Amino acid sequence: MSEIVSTIVANYNYWLYIVLMMIGLYAMIAKNNLIKKLVGMNIFQTAIILFYVSIGCKRGGTIPIIEHAHGPGHHVIDSAHYVNPLPHVLMLTAIVVSVSTFGVALALAVKIYQQYKTLEEDEIIMRLREK
Amino acid sequence: MKIVGLLIVVLSGGLLLYATEDFPPWGDPASPASTVVSPRYLEKAVEEASVPNVVTAVLADYRGFDTMFETTVIFCAGVACFVLLRIFTRVPEDRYYRHVPTGVTIHIKGGGKINERSKVFERIDTLWTPYDLIIRTVCRLLVPFIQLFALYVIAHGHHSPGGGFQGGVILGASIILVAISENLRAAIGRISERLDGLLSAIGVFIYAGIGALCLLLGANFLDYHGLASLLPGDQPAARSHGILGVEIGVGITVMAVMICIYNNLSSGGKQDEGL
Repeated sequence: MSEIVSTIVANYNYWLYIVLMMIGLYAMIAKNNLIKKLVGMNIFQTAIILFYVSIGCKRGGTIPIIEHAHGPGHHVIDSAHYVNPLPHVLMLTAIVVSVSTFGVALALAVKIYQQYKTLEEDEIIMRLREK
Repeated sequence: MKIVGLLIVVLSGGLLLYATEDFPPWGDPASPASTVVSPRYLEKAVEEASVPNVVTAVLADYRGFDTMFETTVIFCAGVACFVLLRIFTRVPEDRYYRHVPTGVTIHIKGGGKINERSKVFERIDTLWTPYDLIIRTVCRLLVPFIQLFALYVIAHGHHSPGGGFQGGVILGASIILVAISENLRAAIGRISERLDGLLSAIGVFIYAGIGALCLLLGANFLDYHGLASLLPGDQPAARSHGILGVEIGVGITVMAVMICIYNNLSSGGKQDEGL
């Protein structure tokens, strides 16, 4: 029992982000309004970004900008002193992709509203069936 | 639908939580993510590219190909919003004008209009809020400082957190501030639609152009040490300048796309009245 507790305490950040991911996933599936689904998508993407960034974190590490880089002398760089920069780089791409998809999704929502005069999913399906 | 959704969420959440048992503890310096490739980037970034900010060095130099297509992705998002929403053929529609000395509102139906440069009549939106001197003046004063800060973020991306994407978003936000505080037409007057489209393409062109320039000078595509024959300084300095060049391209594209998406979304494609 104490093993499970110690595993939870050691990995509680992953649990938090998984809970956030599941909240976003539930909003995407179960909500009726299109804009609420998009907000769920955004929450899901944010949770994934946080998850990856937390993988690269190191206890006692500072941001990955090399200190005293252009000063005189040659310093030995200890890579355990700096936080892992690779997840930050990958997540910059993820943020850009999330902004792009959100912009295009909102454009689609505006077009749907102009056509069907509603943003609720069940009303749109009903009007599609009538045509 | 909600019960099905809840079931799916609980199942997949449970599976993911079960999988976290095998994860390395949080903050472990010896975790597999931090010991295979990233120490090499941390140790060699200053020596090879003369850029202390390792994130910018990896983004624009070591993984520069990836960033070029990311810039293309955001350009495609701007194009997609434009293609989806933009309406060019206009039905003749009603316009509202306000007589400035007396405050009387005039509603002209069916496409007639008053001269745009008239000082007595100003054009107002359908849902119009009264003129607020403080908001308009403060925002107008702030916009150049916001743009200056954005240029600082782009240029100082080598030494502090920042870079092309962040600075480009702040630049776009400065023009959107003009659109929010004054009028969408005022913001379109500052950066017209044609200039916006050109800028977004020019940014991607700068990025790919620097890559092609490296090809012409004898190195691989996007291998900035080929620029050492053009620019003063040795190879790490040439790579630092190459990184700055591509960040400028990225910043220009991101700014233009942010403005394009905001214009098209807030006016529903017609670009005459904003929020």
